[in-house]
Amino acid sequence: MAGKRALGAWTALVYLFLYAPIVVVIVYAFNGGRQVLNWGGFSTKWFGAALDDPTITEPFTNSLLVAAGNAVIACVLGTALALALPRMRPWLRLPLDALVYMTLVTPEIVFGISALIFFVQAGNWLGLGSILGLKTILIAHVVFNASVVALIVRARFVGMGQTLEEASYDLGAGRVATFRQVTLPALAPAVLAGGLLAFTFSFDDFITSFFVSGAGSTTLPLRIFSSLRFGVSPIINAAAVMILAVTLAAVVLAYLVLRRSEQGRRRATPVPGL
Amino acid sequence: MAVEASSLSARRRRGAIRAGAGGPRYPGWLALPAVAWYALFFLAPLSIMAVFSVATRVGFTEIVYSFDLDNFRYLWDPLYGRVFLRTLGLAFFGTIATLLVGFPVAYYLARYARRRTLLLLLIVVPFWTSFLIRTYSWLIILDRDFPVFRALRSIGVLPEDLQILYTSKAVYIGVVYNYLPLMILPLYAALERMDWSLVEAAQDLGDSALRAFRRVTLPLVVPGIAAGSLLVFIPLMGEFLIPVILGGDLTVYAGNLIGQQFLTARDWPFGAAIAMVVIAAMTVLVLAYARLVGGEEQHGR
Repeated sequence: MAGKRALGAWTALVYLFLYAPIVVVIVYAFNGGRQVLNWGGFSTKWFGAALDDPTITEPFTNSLLVAAGNAVIACVLGTALALALPRMRPWLRLPLDALVYMTLVTPEIVFGISALIFFVQAGNWLGLGSILGLKTILIAHVVFNASVVALIVRARFVGMGQTLEEASYDLGAGRVATFRQVTLPALAPAVLAGGLLAFTFSFDDFITSFFVSGAGSTTLPLRIFSSLRFGVSPIINAAAVMILAVTLAAVVLAYLVLRRSEQGRRRATPVPGL
Repeated sequence: MAVEASSLSARRRRGAIRAGAGGPRYPGWLALPAVAWYALFFLAPLSIMAVFSVATRVGFTEIVYSFDLDNFRYLWDPLYGRVFLRTLGLAFFGTIATLLVGFPVAYYLARYARRRTLLLLLIVVPFWTSFLIRTYSWLIILDRDFPVFRALRSIGVLPEDLQILYTSKAVYIGVVYNYLPLMILPLYAALERMDWSLVEAAQDLGDSALRAFRRVTLPLVVPGIAAGSLLVFIPLMGEFLIPVILGGDLTVYAGNLIGQQFLTARDWPFGAAIAMVVIAAMTVLVLAYARLVGGEEQHGR
């Protein structure tokens, strides 16, 4: 099978293409030299320098705060939406479905500038002056992250079927008790995974944050971007590796949570193959 | 399906939740907080942007609300026409290039690969990591002093005076790199459902491998190709970051034009007008896709 081997080789090349750039950033973050491309020996000194530099640690803290707040709000809004949507009448459900997808497919630049116009006008009308800052970044991030959570939780909600909830009713549990003791535990992994992904989306976000940030509300991606004007530097690579580490940890955690719960569910099924 | 839906709504009308009457129907008001958020922070901003696109700019930053189509008339200028053509070119290039690069990968994963879950996860991971970092990593790789680049030049594989960074070439590379996972995933999803015995049957019955591919495989993956193309094409029409980081002064696309109006030119109504054009083009594409896929499904039944 020459064709199979050729396909395999091509696939390997594409994986190399996908990972080489990320590996390059990580490797050069450990470059002890002053210039990015002049190798000055292995060193972790740029991580120390980054953690000592308030123009990096402050944006880092800002990013963590915004991403965490965004994840919590997105989880609440998205989960509630995911519960309400599947059993709604079509004339209500279809437009809401479309709205959810719209928040995800609208080019970020379009959403970013419209949010900028909106917040500036809102500040003027309310007589508050400029309201651009971490709060506006958070508000804007929740828009698309609530949709991410809603889609993930809904997939789980629809997938779990109604048998468990029906059984709970049959056994005399009320609506609230059924939700607390049956539905929510079954959905919890999806909510958690959705929240983690919402966290990484927000933590990584550049374009939306770029337009709705104000003076003194720099996030880490914004800080990295502004220094790219002067070219890449080792300290920026170190900051980038910090971002990669946080998001990769969150993504892997989300993956493990989802996979584990699915395996557990399969094992717990009383009838094999159901 | 229809019977089920109507009996559900009949039950809802009675408002009865009894034992054995199906699961709980969560009240519709649970959707309210999210819908309110969308209305206030998504639909309202888009509406204000639409209003701005026909507003008039007075002086440097003042805006007068009006119904002024001049902002759209400016767009007829050949200067902007070239930007839109360049943007379409970028979107077409990105779609076709990711399809050509990604299809063999999706095919291999779906048909031959063994550790499928892991390999698929490895496709998704770059997609979840920072777009900004993935883009700027090419600033290092395409630097003329990057060891691999320098070695390739010194042994004559690449011409000595080759400059990729800050040209449209770098933008194209960045686009393929960043959007590849978005193409591979739907292709894989379509190919994964393939019944490969059909391909073998066609070949057993005398079709060449190529002919079997064209007649059996390809028709079955068209929905995947359409979905992947949409996922790549749409965001590319508004692509902003890749040209800003990897491109030069000559690589201005629609997204950058929009950004400029808000960052440097301070002509918000004009920027809003360009954004409206991008949204209009996007809507047309999504509707065309919905018709294509909807038609396929009906055809399938």
